[in-house]
Amino acid sequence: MREIQVSAVTEAIAELCIEANYELSSDMKAVFEQAKETEEGPLGRQILEQLEENLQIAKTDRIPICQDTGMAVVFVEIGQDVHLAGGSLEEAIHAGVRKGYTEGYLRKSVVKDPIYRENTKDNTPAVIHYSIVPGDKVTVTVAPKGFGSENMSRIFMLKPADGIEGVKDAVMTAVRDAGPNACPPMVVGVGIGGTFEKCAYLAKKALTLPADSHSEIPYVRELEAELLQKINGLGIGPGGLGGTKTALAVNILTYPTHIAGLPVAVNICCHVNRHATRIL
Amino acid sequence: MDRYIEVPVKDNRILEELRAGDYVYITGTLYTARDAAHKRMYEALAAGEPLPIDMKNNMIYYMGPSPAREGRVIGSAGPTTASRMDKYAPAFLDLGLKGMIGKGKRSRAVIDGIVKNKAVYFAAVGGAGALLSKRITASRVVAYEDLGTEAIRELRVENFPVIVVIDTKGNNLYETAAKAYQKKG
Ligand code: SF4
Repeated sequence: MREIQVSAVTEAIAELCIEANYELSSDMKAVFEQAKETEEGPLGRQILEQLEENLQIAKTDRIPICQDTGMAVVFVEIGQDVHLAGGSLEEAIHAGVRKGYTEGYLRKSVVKDPIYRENTKDNTPAVIHYSIVPGDKVTVTVAPKGFGSENMSRIFMLKPADGIEGVKDAVMTAVRDAGPNACPPMVVGVGIGGTFEKCAYLAKKALTLPADSHSEIPYVRELEAELLQKINGLGIGPGGLGGTKTALAVNILTYPTHIAGLPVAVNICCHVNRHATRIL
Repeated sequence: MDRYIEVPVKDNRILEELRAGDYVYITGTLYTARDAAHKRMYEALAAGEPLPIDMKNNMIYYMGPSPAREGRVIGSAGPTTASRMDKYAPAFLDLGLKGMIGKGKRSRAVIDGIVKNKAVYFAAVGGAGALLSKRITASRVVAYEDLGTEAIRELRVENFPVIVVIDTKGNNLYETAAKAYQKKG
């Protein structure tokens, strides 16, 4: 059994929090580039150019891409042949977030209680999703999530009879309602199937997939392409100021579900779709 | 059309000439306030207490920055979603607030308040906080320091780029612009 010290997890998370907030991953740059080439509106193109300049400034001048450096969503895949030693893993993850957000000049946007709303001042706690996988590695993904777009996300408990058309309507409804609030061009993560919480998890997880990747399931891949085209036909455009690039990508994950249900979750993300991964 | 304006607003005709869709560069003073500061000011107003900033002829930027590095004026400084301030904005417009800078849709009540008071709602580009921070030349906390990023700051801005979304007549760019690029099917 391989042993990994939890302090290594803390270090990795701290670095990933910073990395994600200062530079987008290469998949996001690729879809961005594509958007700039195909945007038809002059104002839309101007906004996309500004966003690209923004990315450049963020990187060279060390200023976070966006002031909303998010709530840290952390995915941890733990190989079942790994022994995590040296303390509590959960504490180590929060410590990594604390370190990253403090040392990285990132905004502290988390409040201790949803009603009383006192800022925790170090952006902890993180939202953590664990999974146990085969092997002797630990894979950590940090996906800081801004709430301008998070607030526009939706869950729909559809009926089986609603079928694929119902899924399309659900996604289009969420995107249309999000409009300019979600800092378009957006990235849309969709979870279909499972249960109430499973489809929400899938939608979030879909946002961490490479934005330029496509589903391996033929009908899902087609659905991704069709929805992307439909969304871009809404005219919302970059910044919501009109244009043909309302979304950069639609990524969908599916899971088996119950005979009586068709849950659909739509997790909206902005163009600052941050995810950084490290394998320990 | 590109326009250049100064804030505080000295002559409201300048605002009345702005049209939804105009690209505007703002120079002067802006105050930042977002959720928590709005709530606190609104409660102060209801309790008959004085507000920490003068709304008259001024503009509020819905923004909470990331921390500044040593020797820098401010951190990343882009707009936050304006609709969360919709509950409070009409009262401030009635006190003479002339402009709000944010991103995203506004409620009917806010649009009515804009028209009634001949004010303007501008959008800054959401998610361009690094770029926008370059147009801020000074920043100091003037109230509610305990709110951290949500404190009220007085900013000096130079040619700060915004777009008119709702003009003094109530024209709304979010509605008109999307229609122009809508595709059927
Ligand atoms: S929605 Fe995204 S780009 Fe917009 S302010 Fe929030 S984190 Fe930044």
